[in-house]
Amino acid sequence: MSAQMLRVTAREALSPLVTRFRFEHPEGAALPLFSGGAHVVVEMPDGDVLRRNAYSLISDPLDGSGYEIAVRREDGGRGGSVFLHRQVVVGDLLRISAPLNLFALDLRAKKHVMIAGGIGITPFVAQLKQLARLQMPFELHYAARSRAEAAGLALLPDLPQIHVHISDEGNRMDLGAVLGGQPLGTHVYTCGPEGLIDAVAETAARLGWPRGALHSEVFMAPPPGTPFTVTLARSGRTVTVGAHQSLLEALEAAQVPVDWSCRGGACGRCETGVSACHGQLEHHDHWLSDDEKSSQTKIMPCVSRFRGDTLILDL
Amino acid sequence: MPRTHFSPSITTRPVYPGLTSQGATPAILLADGAGAEAILDLAAQDRSVMDRAHLMFIPAGTDFGPRLAALNPRMYREAPSFAACLERFRKALADAHMGTQLYLAGTEGLIGQATAEALAAGLPADAIQSEHRGHIARRMQCVHCKGMTENVTTDPFVCSHCGLTLFVRDHFSRRLGAFQGVCVDAETPGLIPPVQEIKP
Ligand code: FES
Repeated sequence: MSAQMLRVTAREALSPLVTRFRFEHPEGAALPLFSGGAHVVVEMPDGDVLRRNAYSLISDPLDGSGYEIAVRREDGGRGGSVFLHRQVVVGDLLRISAPLNLFALDLRAKKHVMIAGGIGITPFVAQLKQLARLQMPFELHYAARSRAEAAGLALLPDLPQIHVHISDEGNRMDLGAVLGGQPLGTHVYTCGPEGLIDAVAETAARLGWPRGALHSEVFMAPPPGTPFTVTLARSGRTVTVGAHQSLLEALEAAQVPVDWSCRGGACGRCETGVSACHGQLEHHDHWLSDDEKSSQTKIMPCVSRFRGDTLILDL
Repeated sequence: MPRTHFSPSITTRPVYPGLTSQGATPAILLADGAGAEAILDLAAQDRSVMDRAHLMFIPAGTDFGPRLAALNPRMYREAPSFAACLERFRKALADAHMGTQLYLAGTEGLIGQATAEALAAGLPADAIQSEHRGHIARRMQCVHCKGMTENVTTDPFVCSHCGLTLFVRDHFSRRLGAFQGVCVDAETPGLIPPVQEIKP
């Protein structure tokens, strides 16, 4: 996948946990434009591990002078966000992938309703800029626990269509009220924790919304688990996956090439065949169908794991 | 009249899977002629469909009206033609909210035009259900003069606007809610294949 070295030209704390980073081309060349909802994958050489995390772009999709992301520090996470917060300073060069959009606005919609929980606000920041240019009707509902944590407040324009729900202040989001009474042609986009996405899907189903009008993005970090071993069918090699490592990362560390793009179980690029499985695949992706998952013949190595005796991959 | 089963054809030909109740959500129902029977069957399947229903019916010479009215929908109206009921249908769509279901039953011309109107109004395709009942005449657009000929039952047929003899294609335009007819003797003027009745 295409990536280039970009220079960190700004960093700014948006809240105690969230920092904005800006990247520009070292020679000032224009970067590829994107569409609202796109993300980039940031490579972080942290000691002897190469971390790769996907972050939604928050800058203007039609501004190629730089890319901006907002990163929440996950102290209990796998280390990528902590690395960015602690080690990356203005002037550093980082390898950044070309933007990819798995959460684009459906431009056939007559109105866009965006629902963000916490750091899930980031893709909408760029989409708002796109919608302002397209002059399309929209509504944004942003839920955060407390005002201090609501980093999005620093990123959102002051518009009447933007509604902020701070649960600490007793102003929780009422999904029934948000989804009830929307005009025909409304599409709903949800980004945030899985619980929020499920709640939106449930409320929408109760109100009779068809599934095609619902869009969501969970940006999941690969979940940790117990270490396991996989065997590669072609070479007969075995690769061990550590507790805090994903299968994809372990394969990469062993120099086994696997195609990838989102690294979050959403895009389908890393789909890998399973030739034998004695045990239980732990599927964490949003790509494979339920039937494919239960057949145990495919795995998404970016997020999914294994528990059992033997797992042989078509690699 | 039972549900029409069409023989499989090229993929742009619409399919009419039949009406399935989505319960007591707000609903717009539109039927013509024998399509009334699909509505009666739907109500027999689940009475609650009528709780928040706006039912419009074009009798087209049938006498199903009183039986439909007796289903007690929230609102019931009859109209002599689709054109006559279009303003009401458009208003119902304009006032509708996401979550509204559209049930269409009857002839292909009605289902096609109503679907095109509903999509243009923003109703998602997956909120539209349809069931074909009644005659299988087609609503045809002449690709040359763009005129619409209603109730075409033969292939080829003569365009009611420009007079060309048109071959009845299975190609359906969702935007127009009509099939497309193409000049059958453009290469060999006057050589017109025998006229056949259109089959389901
Ligand atoms: S890389 Fe996208 S699903 Fe694995």
